[in-house]
Amino acid sequence: MDSLGISILLKGTYFLQLLKGLSVTIEIAVISMFLSLVFGFIVGILMNSHNKIVQIFFRLYLESVRILPQLVLLYLVYFGAATNFGLNLSGFTAAVIAFTYWGAAEMGDLVRSSLISVDPHQYESAYGLGLKKHQVYRFIIIPQTVKRLIPSVINLFTRMVKTTSLVVLIGVVEVVKVGKQIIDVNRFIDPNSAIWIYGTIFLMYFVICYPFTKLASYLENKVA
Amino acid sequence: MQPILQVKNIRKTYDAKNYVLDDIDFTISKGEVVVILGPSGCGKSTFLRCLNRLEEINAGQLILKGEDITYSGNLSQIRQNIGMVFQNYELFPNLTVLENILLAPTVVLKEKKAQATQQALQLLNRVGLEEKAQAYPRQLSGGQKQRVAIVRALIMRPEILLLDEITAALDPEMVREVLQVVLELASEHKTMVIVTHEMAFAQAVANRILFLDKGKVVEEATPDEFFTHPQTLRAQQFLNTFHYDMVNKGEKDNATL
Repeated sequence: MDSLGISILLKGTYFLQLLKGLSVTIEIAVISMFLSLVFGFIVGILMNSHNKIVQIFFRLYLESVRILPQLVLLYLVYFGAATNFGLNLSGFTAAVIAFTYWGAAEMGDLVRSSLISVDPHQYESAYGLGLKKHQVYRFIIIPQTVKRLIPSVINLFTRMVKTTSLVVLIGVVEVVKVGKQIIDVNRFIDPNSAIWIYGTIFLMYFVICYPFTKLASYLENKVA
Repeated sequence: MQPILQVKNIRKTYDAKNYVLDDIDFTISKGEVVVILGPSGCGKSTFLRCLNRLEEINAGQLILKGEDITYSGNLSQIRQNIGMVFQNYELFPNLTVLENILLAPTVVLKEKKAQATQQALQLLNRVGLEEKAQAYPRQLSGGQKQRVAIVRALIMRPEILLLDEITAALDPEMVREVLQVVLELASEHKTMVIVTHEMAFAQAVANRILFLDKGKVVEEATPDEFFTHPQTLRAQQFLNTFHYDMVNKGEKDNATL
């Protein structure tokens, strides 16, 4: 039967299933991003430590994460943990760990550079008023840092959303995998479905990421 | 008069060879205004920053109201007593004018916000900036920022106020509005140590002038003595840099800037 390709989306619950797959994608990205934010702040503050050993340690951490393709990192966590430590992580957990490990390093570097971009006089005038170190960070330094961080954090977040498409390779069923399954099932009935399914997935990524990149460039202009 | 702050033989060095401050002795009493003059790099700013321990001294003693604070661990307390205003009007850009002023009283002194706000508005009113309370620092001129910075230091009711070249970064027409505030504080006998390059202002505001060169006190005198009959050659040379000979007028008069 020569059906109109687009009808594949209206068939059964396919579109709903795609949305479900998308929710897995978003879940992994949001959890990983949240953890990356928390750990990234700690890593960023430690990266500015005056202790040479701490500095070198975090430098190596950052460089190793940058060199490693995310897929290798995923395999390392998923298969490495299972074979070496007997840990049977679910694909989902492994993905969150790998993305957090990656995100915390990138986030840490962003925090580090935005911390040193705060004018040193800001610390001085705060200390000059009698504020203690934690108060200086809480009321003066962190709020200024956060403002500068927003655009680059959003960029990191959209990169993370896109990179989740790799988790299919460690067995997580997210939006791309769902799409592939739908296409496979309909291979003989509806051979043109690929363009429609992947086209829909493209639009889904676009709908999630575009508002964020828009927001990032808006905030970038506002802060600058 | 009772001394508020005594500085005994302090020395400061960054490399253990050259002394930025070399054996400075200094006492300031309640209600006194001391102006510190000297060429660039003579240690004026470093001296001020050592007084509230933004920088640590290498030798000597700091005594605040009879209490030795040279090694006191309570820096917050010291800085409540010794307020400071900086050259680059370092207001906090993430806070409004009012929030800038309220931060220290509410966080450090734990004052009630309503009460502190009332005081803040009174002080802002005094420097003519009450209507700017809700503005952000970036919306203010340099002179306005610096007046806010003074209010921010004053609200802590410090025993001593340190002013570190507070008009050095301002356009000439804004210098006056800031110095006017300082002159009023002086007339109310606020204890102040002032570093400045405004000679006319120094002469008007000071009870005493301290002339520093190469980390040492070279001359200490009343402003009238210092500006009319400087005792040391170094001070004479320094004051001469503020004189310009008239050109093409065939006269011997000097113009003072």
